[in-house]
Amino acid sequence: MASLKPRVSVEYGEKATIVTFTDEKILEERDIVELQESLMGIIGQAEKINLILDFSTVKFLSSAVLGLLIRVSKKVYEQNGQLRLCNISPRIYEIFKITRLTKIFDILPDRAEAAASLAGEQ
Amino acid sequence: MPISRSVVVSSTPSAVADVFRQLQPGLKASNYSEEDIFAVHLALEEAFTNAVKHGNKMEPNKAVKIDYAIEPDKIEICMTDEGSGFDPEVIPDPRYGDNLYKPAGRGMLLMRSFMDVIEYNEQGNSVRMIRYREKRKPSKSAAGSNS
Repeated sequence: MASLKPRVSVEYGEKATIVTFTDEKILEERDIVELQESLMGIIGQAEKINLILDFSTVKFLSSAVLGLLIRVSKKVYEQNGQLRLCNISPRIYEIFKITRLTKIFDILPDRAEAAASLAGEQ
Repeated sequence: MPISRSVVVSSTPSAVADVFRQLQPGLKASNYSEEDIFAVHLALEEAFTNAVKHGNKMEPNKAVKIDYAIEPDKIEICMTDEGSGFDPEVIPDPRYGDNLYKPAGRGMLLMRSFMDVIEYNEQGNSVRMIRYREKRKPSKSAAGSNS
């Protein structure tokens, strides 16, 4: 497992790249900026990426994180990749539901289901 | 015993973290649920972001005043920035059409969803938010309903 900047840990698999957020709370502008740099860097390393974002550690996030996820999603799909979110707690899921972002993000219960839902290899 | 406090903080994004750190022990001591605490935290963060970014235009010499009161049946927060204000009615709904794909614009929706009352003053530079204790919630007032 590799660590990039303190915000995420990354695992590279055949089927997908799994990025796990390491912070319990993702709030401040600085957090978001660093996360964006990390994620865009990971996406940019590959021509096409199947990206799984694991939220198992995340207990709190602000709407700025939702904006970041939209930007990440756009970049992944521009490169003909796929994006899955997983291990989102019920409270955080409620935020996605209220904002209707459950309509644009594929959210799966865990890594296994997220990986299984991906078409093909990266 | 009710707790009330008034603080003035700078327009730096991290300033509200200190306010929540002051507020949280009072909420726990008053036996507010984790749901209530989560909701208040989120609304505080979103309102503060709006105050700093849109109200004070990120100007570091401008301040945000936060008044809060922890009472037996409700938590009340009033946040005031030094901006010229805005009309909350003109903010587009981020849940539909192209707005769903925009990276910004969800703060007020989350504030309205997690707090029971959201009211702006006439100028639009001050917002009053109330969250009632979970088990004693009255029906939502028109002022607090989602758009």
